[in-house]
Amino acid sequence: MPRKLMKGNHAAVYGAILAGCKAYYGYPITPASEIAESASLLFPKFGRTFLQAESEIAAINMVYGAAGCGQRVLTGSSGPGISLKQEGISYCAGSALPCVIIDIMRGGPGLGNIGPEQGDYNQVLKGGGHGNYKVIVLAPNSAQEMCDLTMLAFELADKYRNPVYVLTDGVIGQMMEVVELPEPVTGLPDKSEWAIYGTADSRHLINSIYLDHDDLERWNRELMKKYAVIQKNEVRVEEYRMDDAEIVTIGYGSSSRVLRSAIDIARERGIKLGMLRPITLFPFPAPEIASLPDRGLKGILTVEMSDGQLVDDVNLALSGKMISDLYNRMGGNVPTALEICEKVSELYGV
Amino acid sequence: MIMAQKTVLRKPLGFIDVYKHKPGAEKDRTHYCPGCGHGIIHKLIAEALEDFDIVDKTIVISPVGCSVFAYYYFHTGNLQVPHGRAPAVATSVSRANPDSVVISYQGDGDLAAIGGNNILQAANRGENMVVFFVNNAIYGMTGGQMAPTTLEGQKTTTTPYGRNVKTDGYPIQMCEIINQLTAPVYVVRTSLHDMPNIRKTRAAVRKAISNARDKKGFSFVEVLSMCPSGWKMDSVPAQNWIKENMIPRFPLDTFRDISEDMPAIERPIPVMDPDKVKNILGYSALSDSNLEKNPDADFDKVALRVAGFGGQGIMSAGIALANVGMEYGYNVSWLPSYGPEMRGGTANCSVKIQEDTVGASECTEPNMVIAMNQPSLEKFEQIIVPGGALIYNTTLIDKEPARRDVKVYPIPITGIADELGDTRVQSMVNVGAFAAVTGMFDPGEIENLMSSLFKGKPESVIKLNEIAVRKGYKYVKENFS
Repeated sequence: MPRKLMKGNHAAVYGAILAGCKAYYGYPITPASEIAESASLLFPKFGRTFLQAESEIAAINMVYGAAGCGQRVLTGSSGPGISLKQEGISYCAGSALPCVIIDIMRGGPGLGNIGPEQGDYNQVLKGGGHGNYKVIVLAPNSAQEMCDLTMLAFELADKYRNPVYVLTDGVIGQMMEVVELPEPVTGLPDKSEWAIYGTADSRHLINSIYLDHDDLERWNRELMKKYAVIQKNEVRVEEYRMDDAEIVTIGYGSSSRVLRSAIDIARERGIKLGMLRPITLFPFPAPEIASLPDRGLKGILTVEMSDGQLVDDVNLALSGKMISDLYNRMGGNVPTALEICEKVSELYGV
Repeated sequence: MIMAQKTVLRKPLGFIDVYKHKPGAEKDRTHYCPGCGHGIIHKLIAEALEDFDIVDKTIVISPVGCSVFAYYYFHTGNLQVPHGRAPAVATSVSRANPDSVVISYQGDGDLAAIGGNNILQAANRGENMVVFFVNNAIYGMTGGQMAPTTLEGQKTTTTPYGRNVKTDGYPIQMCEIINQLTAPVYVVRTSLHDMPNIRKTRAAVRKAISNARDKKGFSFVEVLSMCPSGWKMDSVPAQNWIKENMIPRFPLDTFRDISEDMPAIERPIPVMDPDKVKNILGYSALSDSNLEKNPDADFDKVALRVAGFGGQGIMSAGIALANVGMEYGYNVSWLPSYGPEMRGGTANCSVKIQEDTVGASECTEPNMVIAMNQPSLEKFEQIIVPGGALIYNTTLIDKEPARRDVKVYPIPITGIADELGDTRVQSMVNVGAFAAVTGMFDPGEIENLMSSLFKGKPESVIKLNEIAVRKGYKYVKENFS
């Protein structure tokens, strides 16, 4: 495959182009602006739409409109912008519209800073918008995955008619790595059953209003069924040196990259450390985590760049059979491999 | 006596015959209150769609407000959207379906309050759409609260003492505001308070819709409309209230009509063909074969920190090395200094070049540092792993490094570049020096890669950088072998 050294943010835009994404609607925000800049450079070359919206809110509503017209459509932002988009994302979920949202997380709360962080975990995973809905969340940890998982995001969005996030942080977005560029997607899915094309046959209705309580509850239950199918079929994880691991670390995005280095160092010291990396955050790899205690581990350590948001889900999955410890950095700080090794030694006496 | 001809009345084809989406038993009438203006405007739109034979290609955006259920009625594509966002949604709907007629139908709270920016920006972009702005000086759906268009002194459920301009501001005149923008082609305000004005409204509705059909751009039709329920009046007094109270504040006028002179908007056709996509992305120019690695190299794995002033080619040296590493089939990563350092005096980047998958991309324990100025030397000298290498720029650093457990390469990097007549080639002097110190890259192969590293740059620039690589390489070979 042809390969190119590129930033994660650029790789995501390549992935979108290759996936047949026809429109990008976004608003500038550090550290996600390169996605908009890259899209503004590339999309017009393909006669596809790039539009810098007047606000994050406008951008997600433009996504809603394009998705309603059957287009593969992308927007990108970071924490504060995602907060603003949440109402629109709820509408997309409520109207069963497929779309892809990239969140390059930064430090928070409030204005915070533009350093890498993972503090959007809860607002993205727990439905920051109103009502009963879930979104699929993919968590790339390399430039290659920024391309590949953005392509997968479009596929899953269409497959389940649901918004899909690509969730990562400023390190993965800013870092350059080699990306092997896949073939463009051919044969995009047929959406003529529901999408609006401005033709006699496509006089469909895109909405999320169910005035009758029973009708809305029926729709809520249909969505729940859909999420159960997603939970069953779409969990993706990466395991690193898990075969004989006595201590298992859990982390995604940037922290999982550092964990890989920490594990290599620990192994040189004779510590049997391994990693379970969720690639999908919803669906969360709960069954995989729930089975960890069966291995007779010395411990489970969740490493995240947020205030215990991930470890909550890990412990929910463990259901009290074990309790995961937490090592976290915040504020734009990325944990180092040595820090993690020291923490492992301190916690587990190894 | 001649019998009167029986007239068969029917709905215009712009309406759905039976309002199937409307809950309840009454599928043949609207949900609007008696005396409300929405029904009249709906009918004028539906008639125009039929008369122009464009029902099939029309898409109506239903807002939040009393017309949230506009989709019950129009036999078109329909999207119901969040409060205030109809012009944003209409924008992407119009971009996605450039041959369609897109109608954004909004009330005054939706358009002028919560969606105030969205309407201005869609108008300013000159999107090909029609906006029908139904101004009844009140929030109807939610039970009669103050709207941006509520008149001075007008009592509403949230201005029980009357709108006080000193605390609530003045009624917003949207036509006048939209008319300040360059892009709109048609801006008009009409009223529904009597038949002559309904006829004028009809003409405006048809003009605006034909503009969208002909892709002329953005048309804005504000219609002063009765809300007897919200105003707590009967129908006839409501009509009079428009005439006596609203029109003095919202004068009826055609503010702009330049659609005749406007060319039809053209939108490009998306390129989706896979071969064309690959061609535009330049796949054929990208290699997928590896150069042969040097089995005798002094380094088989590099964690490099390059640091110096902004403008010393710090980032570009790192990117060039990562690119060359890629061509040799190594796993590589490049990470710029991130966070507050970006704005400070020093810039730095981390580069990893290795056989196995790269873990952490930040080099917190580098086995090589290239320090281009004194602060960088001070900052990064201490974190080099024992046995590692330190290249430092003697042109700008006169203090010797303290470390004795690393191999030190004092090189006049800036000086070499200056001798070549261009300080900017420092980055490639570094690349050459790196190749010599590590033994990982062959300078000849780097030269072969120059045209792709400096893609689009003039031949003279490429040549100069080639020489810089050679000079850096040669300096190390001659002085530290």
